[in-house]
Order: sequence, then C-alpha cells, then structure tokens
Amino acid sequence: MRVARPRTISEALSALDDNPGSQLLAGGTDFCVEVNYGHRRPEGVVCLRRVAELRDFEVGEGKVRIGAGTTYTEMVKRLSGVLPALAAAARTVGSPQIRNAGTLGGNVATASPAGDTLPLLAALDAEVVLVSSKARRVVPLNELITGVKTTTIGPGEMVAEVVVPRISGPQHFLKVGTRNAMVISIASAAVVVDLQAQVVRCGLGSVGPVPIRASRAEEMISEAIDWDDLSAPRAALERFGDLAAEAARPITDHRSTADYRKRAVAVIAARAMRRSLTRVT
Amino acid sequence: MVSPSVMRRRGSHLGASVLRPDGGPKAKGEFAFSSDMWMDGMLWGRTLRSPYPAALIKGIDVSPALAIPGVRAVISAQDVPGRKTFGLERADQPVFASDVVRYHGEPVAAVAADHPDTARRAAAAIRVDYEPLEPLVVAEAAINAPAIHPDGNVFRHIVIRTGDPTAVGDVVVEGTYEVGMQDQAFMGPESGLAVPSLDGGVDLYVATQWLHADRDQIAESLAMDPRMVRVSLAGVGGAFGGREDVSLQIHACLLALRSGRPVKMVYGRDESFFGHVHRHPAKMWYRHHANRDGELVNVEARIVLDGGAYLSSSNAVISNAVCFAAGPYRLANAKVEGWAARTNNPPCGAMRGFGAVQVCYGHEAQMDKLAAELGMDPVQFRLKNVLRRNDKMITGQVIKGTAPVEEVIRAAVSHPLPVPLDSSAEMMSLPGGAGMTADISDVRRGVGVAVGFKNLAYSEGYDDFTTARIRLDLSPQGEPVATVVIATAEVGQGFVTLASQIVRDLLGVDQVVLAPAGTEDIGSAGSSSASRQTWMSGGAIEHVCMMLRDSLLERAAGELDCPSSDLIMRDGEVSRESTAQRVSMTSLLAAGPLQAEHEFHHAKTQPLGVDGQGDAMLSLMFAAHRAVVDVDPDLGLVRVVQVTTGQDVGKALNPVQVTGQIEGGIAQGIGLAVMEEIVLDEGRVRNPSFTDYLIPTALDVPEVAATLIEEPEPGAPFGAKGVGEPPTISSGPAVAAAIRAATGLDVTRVPVRPQDLALRR
Ligand SMILES: Cc1cc2nc3c(=O)[nH]c(=O)nc-3n(C[C@H](O)[C@H](O)[C@H](O)COP(=O)(O)OP(=O)(O)OC[C@H]3O[C@@H](n4cnc5c(N)ncnc54)[C@H](O)[C@@H]3O)c2cc1C
Repeated sequence: MRVARPRTISEALSALDDNPGSQLLAGGTDFCVEVNYGHRRPEGVVCLRRVAELRDFEVGEGKVRIGAGTTYTEMVKRLSGVLPALAAAARTVGSPQIRNAGTLGGNVATASPAGDTLPLLAALDAEVVLVSSKARRVVPLNELITGVKTTTIGPGEMVAEVVVPRISGPQHFLKVGTRNAMVISIASAAVVVDLQAQVVRCGLGSVGPVPIRASRAEEMISEAIDWDDLSAPRAALERFGDLAAEAARPITDHRSTADYRKRAVAVIAARAMRRSLTRVT
Repeated sequence: MVSPSVMRRRGSHLGASVLRPDGGPKAKGEFAFSSDMWMDGMLWGRTLRSPYPAALIKGIDVSPALAIPGVRAVISAQDVPGRKTFGLERADQPVFASDVVRYHGEPVAAVAADHPDTARRAAAAIRVDYEPLEPLVVAEAAINAPAIHPDGNVFRHIVIRTGDPTAVGDVVVEGTYEVGMQDQAFMGPESGLAVPSLDGGVDLYVATQWLHADRDQIAESLAMDPRMVRVSLAGVGGAFGGREDVSLQIHACLLALRSGRPVKMVYGRDESFFGHVHRHPAKMWYRHHANRDGELVNVEARIVLDGGAYLSSSNAVISNAVCFAAGPYRLANAKVEGWAARTNNPPCGAMRGFGAVQVCYGHEAQMDKLAAELGMDPVQFRLKNVLRRNDKMITGQVIKGTAPVEEVIRAAVSHPLPVPLDSSAEMMSLPGGAGMTADISDVRRGVGVAVGFKNLAYSEGYDDFTTARIRLDLSPQGEPVATVVIATAEVGQGFVTLASQIVRDLLGVDQVVLAPAGTEDIGSAGSSSASRQTWMSGGAIEHVCMMLRDSLLERAAGELDCPSSDLIMRDGEVSRESTAQRVSMTSLLAAGPLQAEHEFHHAKTQPLGVDGQGDAMLSLMFAAHRAVVDVDPDLGLVRVVQVTTGQDVGKALNPVQVTGQIEGGIAQGIGLAVMEEIVLDEGRVRNPSFTDYLIPTALDVPEVAATLIEEPEPGAPFGAKGVGEPPTISSGPAVAAAIRAATGLDVTRVPVRPQDLALRR
C-alpha cells in the first residue's frame, strides 16, 4: 500500500493525482473504523496530519475560515468565543482521544446524518472550499452533501477549508443520545441568533439523510421575537419546536424511533431557542 | 476451619487491602492479554458465521477458500473427528452448523491462513448455500411451537409451590415486566493460541473461565484423550459469565491439528458479540398479595426466559430465576412457574447475577407497588417482610447461614443523599451529559430502593469442587517459598491476590508463587463464576495450608522431641510455648520440600423435588441498593447520580477488591437499567459494536458509597461469602424505581429507552 505523507496542500493533491486509488486520511476516526470492519480497502493513503496549511484558521471581519484539518480539541479551545455552538458541538464528539484526532474536514467529507458539526454549518449556510490540482471551487454545504454519507467531492479533490459568516448573537447546540457522553447523536439542533439581521437560523441533525434547515420555524420565531429585549412568548417557543419537528424527516432504526426523534427535536430546538433569549414572556 | 494452633501474623494479610499484582501492568498497558500472544510460524484463524437466524444449509463449498494462496486449512462440520456438538449442561450445540443454522452468527466453517486478512478473505470466499427459514423469535410462542431442535423448544419448565398458592390478600397488585438482552461486554475479545504438540495432542492458551470444562469439551470433539489436550490460561480481559461456554476453543484446536501449525484466533469486537452467550431476556408476570398491615401473603409469578438457540446454562439460570423470584422476603404461600425456551435468537447463558437479576426487576417493582397501595413507606414495608436466619425460602429451604437482609437495607439507605439539584449544578452533570440538553428546570430527581439475593456456588446437587496443591520448598537463597498449583481462572476478580494472602496468612511464608493455571498438572478448580472462587478455591488452598501446617508441626515435633499438640505455628515459625523453643520454617524445610494436595467439595445440596422444594442452595448473598437519579422527562434522558449499597459479604478478605467488585458491579447493573441491550430484529443482531451497544462511560457511572456487612458465614472458609454478583442484582432495579419516582411512570421494561419515558407523557 502506498502511503504519502505530504507537508503542503499542493503536495497532497499531486499525491492524489499520482495514485488515483489513494484516499485521504485525516484523523482516521471514520476511516480506520471502516477499514477495520472491512468496508473500506484503500489502495493507498494520503495522510493529511502533517499539512500545516489545513490547520489554519482565520477570524475575519465578516467571515470565519476554518481549515479542514482543525481537530475537535482545537475547535473547543479556539472557537468558543467566535463560534460557541461549533465549540459545543465539538465538545460532544466522542472521547478526548477522538477529539484529539478527528477533524472538521473528516466530519464534512464523511457527511454522516449524525455528523455533529453539520447542523450548525447548515444553519450558517457554510461554504466548503474544495481544491484539486486543477481547480478551486466553493460549494455551499447543502449542495455538497447530497444524501446519507454522499457528497459531490470529486476524485482528486479535497476539502481545504470551511467558511462561515461571522454572526453576532447567541448560539447553541444541543445533542440527544442514549448515553451521557461518547454517543452518536439520535437528534441534534443548532440555533444561531443574528442580532444584526434580526433573524434566527436553525439546523437539525440525525433527523434526515442530510442536515436540515427548519426554515418555517426560523421565519416564525424571527417574527415572534421582541428584538428590543430579545424576548419571546412561551407559546412561540413551543411553536418553534413543533415547526422544527415538522421539518424533520427521521427514520426508525436500532438507535431510536422516528417518533422519538421528532419529539426530541421539538424539545431541543425550543430549549436552544430558550437559552438564546434573555427572557420568555 | 482456621484451627486455633495457627495464629494470624501480625498485620494480618487476610482482611488487608493488599493490591493486586496485575493492577499496575494492566493500567500501564504492559499486561499480556490473550490477544497479545504470538508464536513464530503461527497462522491466523477465522470463523465463518451464518448471516441468517434460521436457515437450512444446502451445501458448503470450501474450494474457493482453499484456492487462495496462504490458506492452510479450511474446516467445517465434517472435519470434526469426535463429538460434533458441545455444551456446558448438555452437548446440544454444533461445533459447526452442518444442515441447519439456528441463530445469527452461528459458526459454519473456519479457516487458518498466513495472514489475518487472508483468513478473512478466505472465510468470505467459502460458498454456503442457505435456504432461509422463518425464525422463531418469541420465547412464549416457542414453548408450543414446532421444535427447531431435536431436543425440543423447552429447555426446562419448573414450578415452585408452597403453602396455599390460592391465598388472597387484602391488597393485590399485578404487573408485567420485561428485561432486554444484556451482553457481558468484556473488554478483551475472545482469543486463544492453539499449538499442536509432538505427542499428537494440542496445547491451547486461552482466555476462559473454566479450563477443565473447556478441555473436556475440546477432547470430546477431537476424539482425544483429555490428557492430550492441555489448556492453559492466557491473560483474561474480563468475563462476567461470557467465557464459561466454549467459543473458539474447539475451532482453534482443530485448525492447529489440521494445519500442523500454531493457530491464533482473535475475535474482533463485532464478532465477539456473536461469539459468546448473553444474559437471558425475560418476560415476567407477577401478582402479589399483602395484608392491610403490610405483611406479604402470596406471590404468583410466571417467568419466561429466552434461552436462544442452544442450551448453554439455561437450565440453571431458570432455576435461579424461579427460586429467587419472590425476592428476599418471608412468604407462606407462593406459586412461581418458569420456562426457559429455545428460539432462533442468540444463545443465552451465564452472566453476572444469573437469573436473579431479571426477577429482581419484577419483585422489586411489585414491592413498590404494594407499598404504594398500602400507603406504606417502601423501605419500612420491605423491612417488615425481610427474610431472616432460620426463615424458609419459597423452595422450603431453611436459611441456615447468615441473612442480614435488614442490615443491608438499613445500610444502603443510611448513606447521606447527594447535594440537592440546584442552579450550581454543571450542565454536563445533568441528564443528557455532554449533549447539554437540559437546564435545571427541565430535570426531576427521584430516589428508589431495591433488594436482591442470590446463591453462591452451583446448586441443585451439583458438585463443583476445586483442587489445589501447594509445594513448600526453599529458594536458592534458602528462603521458604510456597508454590500454589490451582486451575482457577483469574478473570479480573482478584483471585491471585487472595490466594497469596491466604497462604501468607496461614503458613507465614512471604514468597508465594502461583503456578500458571492449566489443566496439565492439577484437577479442576471449577468455574470462576457464581461468586464461588473465594469459597471454593480459597477453601481448597486453606485446606492444603492446614495439611502442610500439620506436616510442619510433625517435623518440628520430631526435632523438638515433643508431641505436635504442644506446638503452635506463627509467622513462619513453630514454637513450643512451655519451653520457648522455636524452629524456623527454613530449618524445617531443610529436610526436604513438603507438598500437599486436596480436592475441596462444598456441603452437598439437593435437587429441587416435587413442587420445586429442596435444599438446593449452599449459601445466600444479599445486597440492597438505593439509587438517586435525575431524569429529563421531556427527552426521557436519565443520569444516575448516586448509588449507595449495603452488601452482605460475610467477611471482607480484601476490602479494596470487594469495593472494586461493588463499583464495577453497580456500573454493569445500571447499564442494564438505562442503556445496555442487544437489539434484535427478527433474530438478527442490529448493534454488534461498541458504537451501538452502549455501556456506561465515566459520565454515566454514579458516585458509589458502600457499607460492607460482615457477619461471618458458618461453614464458609474464613467466613467469607462471594461478592461479585450481588452488586449487579438490585442496583438496576433501584435505578428503575428511582426513575418511577422521578417521572410517575410505571417503567416496566429495561433498559429504559428515552422513548419509553418521553413519548408517554
Ligand atoms: C469512538 C468514536 C466516536 C465518534 N463520535 C463522534 C461524534 O460524537 N460525533 C461525530 O460527528 N462523529 C463522531 N465520530 C466520527 C468521526 O470522529 C468524525 O466524523 C470525524 O470528524 C472524522 O474526522 P477524521 O479527521 O477522523 O476523518 P478520517 O476518518 O480521516 O476521514 C473520514 C473521511 O473523510 C475523508 N477526508 C478526510 N479529510 C478530508 C479532506 N480534507 N478532504 C476530503 N476528504 C477528507 C476521508 O477520506 C474519509 O473518507 C466518532 C468516531 C469514533 C471512532
């Protein structure tokens, strides 16, 4: 098996071009599990751990750019001020060992319905920067992820970074699992309040094949909020939860039932909203 | 049986929290587990398993596997030279399925190859022509359904009747309860190394609970003299009952003999879920009667255990379930009926608590229901009805040993409660944990209490003896050394620590060596299960120590020219009080080494006779638990905050090890209450991984406080009872009770799933 250990993005891309059967390996926390279970048999690997460029991140005026190689531990440490919901989502991931290894790029590329960074990225209309030796393209997350663990990332392409708007206002991420830590989400919700634009954004996870935006819930609550003191009536919160649940398209599987997932999404969306407000009237 | 002429050493080693020798290496990753074994030239074995829970096998073609370079052996049912089946109680389980498969994951063939990946590919290349059948997956339905095995679908049906089973109380409560399938989830997956020996036999190094039972089953299937099969213990990474049955033992030996090469087999985590038996799922119906004043009048119960496809130890598990079905309470009248049935679900067998766990969920829920109906405090109600010494169990057995049921309950509830929920609580410590789903205002706290009991060692007349031999010798440096030869499986319970403690204490020898446990050089030690090894292997070692002491006293008597009754032994010296003469062990051993061996049997028990009556149990162990839980009712999420316990230990020979058993046992008990379940869909295992078979993490395990109740058990070596199982019996039922208290819901099924709480409000 060929193992490439590039130090730059361009070296990584040429390694991919030179060995078309090769696959990208970041933290390996999805990759190696699939290898162990015999679901993935790479002909070669291109290891991204040494590519320092992928760990860059930049908090600009209007945008935050996060390198694909940023680990969960780094997100928890470095992003809790500017993207608190992403830091919170990162904190829910796995165990310390997994958070030290697993990366944002790997989470996006795996595109699991239970990927914990994805509801927030969806709420923020994140853009994913894909690079290949031939081109660089910017794809909105909702176009990148097309179904359960499927994306439009092409051969020879890799995720370089994820770009999200810098928004001021409260944001929260809540994740439901049957254990108190190290658990795959059975429902999750991210809420971002944009104080400037006076709108609420809400993304849902594990309740559909791809991350879901609860648009009707967003519209309703954005109307219902008294933006002067950031308060909203209790009934509007409940309605927000119900509309979020209506947006969900969950399934029943061995982890949970569709009915429960809908209920859970209603509860956590409303709670995320409640936490974002100064007052419930 | 500690004779007065042996005095305890100063700073007695029994009763002290001596640290285990393997603790440090295990924590540092230096301990060699069975999966770490390696031998030059060894091959890797791999099992092919059925993807169907029920199917006919129309044909097996192994030629594609044999054609793969690096494949050295491929075997299936036709290659088993001896008995084609195995089993602990009766050999009803095929070594390899030949014409029919009866559960998802049943072995069909095995291969050995130069490389594990080659072995994996080879196994996948074997062509098996299956004709899938409709699986029989509901135990109650199986009882009267057409047989799926020549032995029929009912493993065992037992009825216990005592007093007037039609007696009616002033207050009657009824309930139906269900327990899901728990897995032992030991950390070290099944693994072993089989080495063909020059004499045509085979040496197997394996992680197991019972070396001699493995040996005998392997020998039967190999059609070999048992002496040609030498089974040695390799480093065990947990067991909990899941290593009592044969898993890869016969396969590995067959592959080694066929290929003429050492063969290593290690199950992956997913395969491990198919490789061992699980805890029996249970469906239980109960009707309890009590008088207005709170006295139990009658218990009626029907219990159906799903034994899965093969017998394993189902007969003993259902026996325990019915015998303990009423809980540790006095009852004049009872009728309890139990079945263990065969289905196309995965086989079930031994797991920590062994039948007592399942029924504890039933009887304790019923006790709370009755208390509520009577308007009594649930603890007071229990105390009014507890069994005491000389009381009769529903099997008619009079409890001759200690029965500190009242004491364990009082101890469990007398620990301080945790600080109340308040706004200072960290969000991560609330239900939902790291998912940060709850604020304080979303959470309700509940408290529940449960009591359970179980027997120690095997029951119903079974003679589960232990053999031990000790050799006393001088080291090259001239110091006395005791070498203990015993086939007891150290599965993490700390037997190795205890064995040295006993020898040090009784013989005053500082250097105690435990020979590697194996079948070659000594008789059976019985299984490391049923909380029995402290009593049985501890008892065997104690007895041998006494034999050696007698020999030493004889030698000393000769030397001092006095009757040995004038002598006492203390601190590794023999002395004569009257003359203050002393002889050291060193000089006594200068005349040559001493050796003694003994086969230790416990007091006989009886089979259950008519109406399930009989003195079937050797000794009983009791524990009570109080659980405090926080519940987020809207999401149905639970966090167990604290579990306190009183446990009847007889005598704590190594308190830190007892505490370890209590903490671990509680973690496993609450696991069953709130998360641990093998999810089945028409007989298929849906979650064979630690991704989806959830066990408690550090955030799920509560604070534990334990009080050890030490009332020495008459007849028990050192007065000690077993301690491994009781923590797992009533801890989960206490959690279920606490969830009921927090939510007002009746919680009739465990593990409690979020939807069971959240969608019922
Ligand atoms: C025990 C455990 C617990 C876990 N818990 C969680 C959890 O709570 N929440 C959660 O969301 N996930 C969880 N995961 C899954 C996993 O940790 C995450 O999805 C993680 O983000 C994957 O990142 P990685 O760097 O390890 O990716 P890898 O495993 O290295 O790669 C994953 C996939 O992404 C591709 N890839 C990696 N980097 C790039 C790139 N820059 N461009 C294009 N493709 C790329 C790889 O080729 C591969 O297909 C868990 C995994 C384990 C083993």
